[in-house]
Amino acid sequence: MEPKVNNWEFCEKPEIVVHETDLLLIGGGMACCGAAYEADRWATPEGLRVTMVDKAATDRSGAVAMGLSAINTYLGDNSPEDYVRYVRNDLMGITREDLTFDLGRVVDDSVYLFEDWGLPIWKKDKEGKSVDGARAQREEMPSLRDGGTPVRSGRWQIMINGESYKVIVAEAAKLALENNRKATGVDQNHFERVFIVKLLLDKDDPKKVAGAVGFSVREHKVYIFKCKTALLGTGGCVNIFKTRSTAEGQGRAWFPVWNSGSNYAMAAESGAEMTMMENRFVPARFKDGYGPVGAWFLLFKAKATNALGEDYCATNLEESRKLYGKYVDSMGTCMRNHMMMIDMKAGKGPIKIHTDVALQTLSETMSKKEIKHLESEAWEDFLDMTIAQAGVWAANNMEPEKVPSELMPSEPYLLGSHAGCAGLWTSGPEDFGPDEYSWGYNRMTTINGLFTAGDGVGASGHKFSSGSHAEGRIAGKSMTSYFLDTKGEDVGYGEDHEELAKEIYMPMETFGKFSGYTTDPDINPHYIRPAMMQQRLQKVMDEYVGGVGTWYMTSKTMLEEGFKYLVMIKEDALHMAAENLHELLRAWENFHRILAAEAHARHIHFREETRYPGYYYRGDFLAIDDENWKCFVNSTYDKETGEWNVFKREYHQLIP
Amino acid sequence: MPSYVITEKCDSCAGQDKTACMYICPHDLMALTEQVDPITKKVIVNPETNKPVMKAWNQEPVQCWECYSCVKICPQQAISIRCYADFAPLGGEVIPMLGSDSIMWTIKFRNGNIKRFKFPVRTVDAGAVDIFSGVGEAQADVSRIKEPGFFTHHAIGVGLPTPA
Repeated sequence: MEPKVNNWEFCEKPEIVVHETDLLLIGGGMACCGAAYEADRWATPEGLRVTMVDKAATDRSGAVAMGLSAINTYLGDNSPEDYVRYVRNDLMGITREDLTFDLGRVVDDSVYLFEDWGLPIWKKDKEGKSVDGARAQREEMPSLRDGGTPVRSGRWQIMINGESYKVIVAEAAKLALENNRKATGVDQNHFERVFIVKLLLDKDDPKKVAGAVGFSVREHKVYIFKCKTALLGTGGCVNIFKTRSTAEGQGRAWFPVWNSGSNYAMAAESGAEMTMMENRFVPARFKDGYGPVGAWFLLFKAKATNALGEDYCATNLEESRKLYGKYVDSMGTCMRNHMMMIDMKAGKGPIKIHTDVALQTLSETMSKKEIKHLESEAWEDFLDMTIAQAGVWAANNMEPEKVPSELMPSEPYLLGSHAGCAGLWTSGPEDFGPDEYSWGYNRMTTINGLFTAGDGVGASGHKFSSGSHAEGRIAGKSMTSYFLDTKGEDVGYGEDHEELAKEIYMPMETFGKFSGYTTDPDINPHYIRPAMMQQRLQKVMDEYVGGVGTWYMTSKTMLEEGFKYLVMIKEDALHMAAENLHELLRAWENFHRILAAEAHARHIHFREETRYPGYYYRGDFLAIDDENWKCFVNSTYDKETGEWNVFKREYHQLIP
Repeated sequence: MPSYVITEKCDSCAGQDKTACMYICPHDLMALTEQVDPITKKVIVNPETNKPVMKAWNQEPVQCWECYSCVKICPQQAISIRCYADFAPLGGEVIPMLGSDSIMWTIKFRNGNIKRFKFPVRTVDAGAVDIFSGVGEAQADVSRIKEPGFFTHHAIGVGLPTPA
């Protein structure tokens, strides 16, 4: 096909807005809100300008937009050493223990702040009964900071009344930004509905960040931000694999559907080193609604069985040991998936979680009022964070206190904050850790001045909402430190503003130029619309890279067949057409998805073992191979040639 | 269940500084559009202003996460959610009423059963968060910027552990 060109003949040229700042926060989720709060304290007294750019409205942006029913990382009386052991165990023996320990020692401070700012946190009263966060405050029970006892749903998790969790955290971040704005005298430092699509690197040193460019999804404007240091905090990657749902339900992804892999793609395009991009997360959740199971298993002690009433994690233990040895006993999240899938493939499904038995057992020793409270707690778990699950039950006349529910492993997601560890290779803490894990600034990528946090930091994981906020704070402070140390350096990108605008708006020019050629703008030989581009990517990923269609199975030969199709997907992405700004947003999200998906496939191709059974399988290397593969798999991408350089990095155990 | 807008109730937030659902949707799904009569296919015009009648709609239901942000924020209670039709039977509904300090939920089952729940959402009023009180009163000490920990740790004097 002829290459597309944008001469602004069929699309009106947008206004180009140039905004200079010192610290640029890309994203508005938990990580960037944490960064805004901490950076304000360090940077404002030094006169440094902090700017946040969010593609949505910060009150409800990111993975916590809907709310949460628990904070999954609160150490309390646990030691950071034990936190490292827990994370390492769940990530099958490989984690950056320096990053994990560093997070574990500070994360509780963010939880204390959330409670100060008005997040209701459940407490235990004197009789050991659970009390909601508002009543606990009315009854003057101590806050966590002052020694209050949270309601643990697991060793690391505490229950909250979290419907407004993100709204509260966003309010604090916006106050911090406003404090910085007033002190530095700028007109605006919080941009909503501006989608950053590319990073800009220094013209003389391509290993240094110099800015970022994006566009408004509301106004006809391209935004160029000049900065010396930037935080990539744009979440994980959803909707790169064919979904189990077939139509409307595709939006009901377990992870937020707006996480489009921007963090991974923009970093890869800039040449930043990626790590563990082969890792993925396949949550086993309530079928279709993908409601959370954590509180049911951990707090309400529900059991899951196959249709014969067998505990699949017991009956499949010895069979699994043959391939996965000692890893079977540590029973990480992927291993539980693996054992469940053995039974599903053997026709022993449906797999059910016995919510009814769990609640009836708990009710046996309870008063009527207490039973009502328990039912309310069980429903709140969904209404706070996966409302659709309550809708699925209502539509099916199912009350979880009366009937069990089916469990299902979802389509795969890429992320670095939950039970997964895909992301960027970052520098660790300043005060401990191996030299090769540290190059001066905590959470800085291999591009100078470019930091990341939350889903962006790879080879760690199990940070969740509180950890992502805390990691954003670590980065916000480090960015200030980096800025102060490099004050004298001159930084600037070489890109021409007009050319950047042309590239960004290309899909709209394409639509304007060609859409009249056919009577149906959806079917046109000159272009592909973003929604169909996404479907094509999802189909290739599903069939060749181990999606639900192959029960998560792939191999060298399957991947190499898939690469051929991925190359053409990348070529055709340049022919995407967008009718309006909303579709331009989707086009650029899909540019990002495609590159994130490619990184995932390339990494799986390189790692010749099955490190995460239950998440994906290499059919040609079905076992775990510690001798050769107890290491990180890292990569860099060359955007000029489209080549990936994939290699090993040593894993250092710091905690016995 | 993607969101849908009840025609009669939506006033396009006319007279307000922003269209609430359009402002809040995390995935840019809610938009204003000219109303077209479903039978005659003609644009509906307001006889007083002679301008097309604008209403909100979900422009891309297959990308709806059902986060209910639009439902909770709508000042007219014009938005509801109809469960994803590719897997959920018709007739169920989940209705939030978000107040200043709590949220009331009504769950309507397909068979007509109803459950109601109420949960707290915040203990500090919206707009009243103070990040400069309590431990937030502290100042960062830039001479300690290379030391581990947040400004709050430094202010309280909490030392941070390193691996043994």
